Amino acid sequence: MDSAPSDRRVDDALALKILIVGGFGVGKTTLVGSVSEIRPLRTEEQLSEVGTSVDDTGGVDEKATTTVAMDFGRITIRAGLAVYLFGTPGQDRFWFLWDELATGALGAVVLADTRRLQDCFPAVDYFEHRSIPFIVAVNCFPQSRSYGAHEVARALDLDQGTPVVLCDARDRDSGKEVLIRLVEYAGRVHTARLLDTVGTEPVG
Amino acid sequence: MTEDMSGTPPHHGSHWYDAEAGPLVRPYAMTGGRTRPVTTTVRFDLIALIDLQDDAPEAVGKEVETLGPEHRALVDLCRIETQSVAELAAETDLPVGVVRVLLGDLVELGCVRVSRPVPPAQLPDEKILREVIDGLRAL
Repeated sequence: MDSAPSDRRVDDALALKILIVGGFGVGKTTLVGSVSEIRPLRTEEQLSEVGTSVDDTGGVDEKATTTVAMDFGRITIRAGLAVYLFGTPGQDRFWFLWDELATGALGAVVLADTRRLQDCFPAVDYFEHRSIPFIVAVNCFPQSRSYGAHEVARALDLDQGTPVVLCDARDRDSGKEVLIRLVEYAGRVHTARLLDTVGTEPVG
Repeated sequence: MTEDMSGTPPHHGSHWYDAEAGPLVRPYAMTGGRTRPVTTTVRFDLIALIDLQDDAPEAVGKEVETLGPEHRALVDLCRIETQSVAELAAETDLPVGVVRVLLGDLVELGCVRVSRPVPPAQLPDEKILREVIDGLRAL
């Protein structure tokens, strides 16, 4: 192949990472699939202590790792710029996965179902404590009573300014809008932090 | 496409087992029992980008004895285009941990290069974010 080598140098290429976190059946797979070509990704991980007590490993004492499947999608913005989506389980026993995923991440979408809002608490706590920009996307299931974004924000006790968006994870445009809101918000958070550093650190 | 499951083996390959049976070759067999990459200087983030070194084909040829089919599958994928660690794992259907070990070997052999990791808490500049937003809109 004669394509110019500079077209494919890793140094020029930029990859951005967005996490989609939520409880079972909340629509993570649907959301990742509606905006990108989705593929399953297998990780073999050490079982955390919490996981060990939850996952029944009785009779298989040697089992120290577990296979965790994540949803993985890629959106190519242009040559050399791609956004990678990782849909991961929302239970706090999967924190070991989030630690890795959150490193260098642009931000996270916490996907919520108003019938089981408590499923979001671990993820909301996690991202708030680590100052990782995140938004809450409420997947509006047809059979669930509809709540306003404000009600959800209050119920989750979100920090002021954390966006809450209502979405339909099955709908491509709706999924796109969720991601756009996250990128916009992450940009605002980042700019605010930059200004903070400029303000507090002596220049020179 | 229909497949006769009643006795006669399918023509293509020897895939008499299926995904439900789990991996036929256990992950540690592909890594020679190793769970960590040999190289400790490189961290293989899921979105770390992997590229072939310019002289990779020669290097692969030289060291071909020590490389397994999984190594070569990774090299072949990188030959097509720059790949992320996650893509390589999804594409080869190998656990991420295994891919990291195999990539560590390839880095040691000088077959592939890894992009510099994005430092935590550092976001790309506004121009890039703008591009991403416009790109998402245009999807």
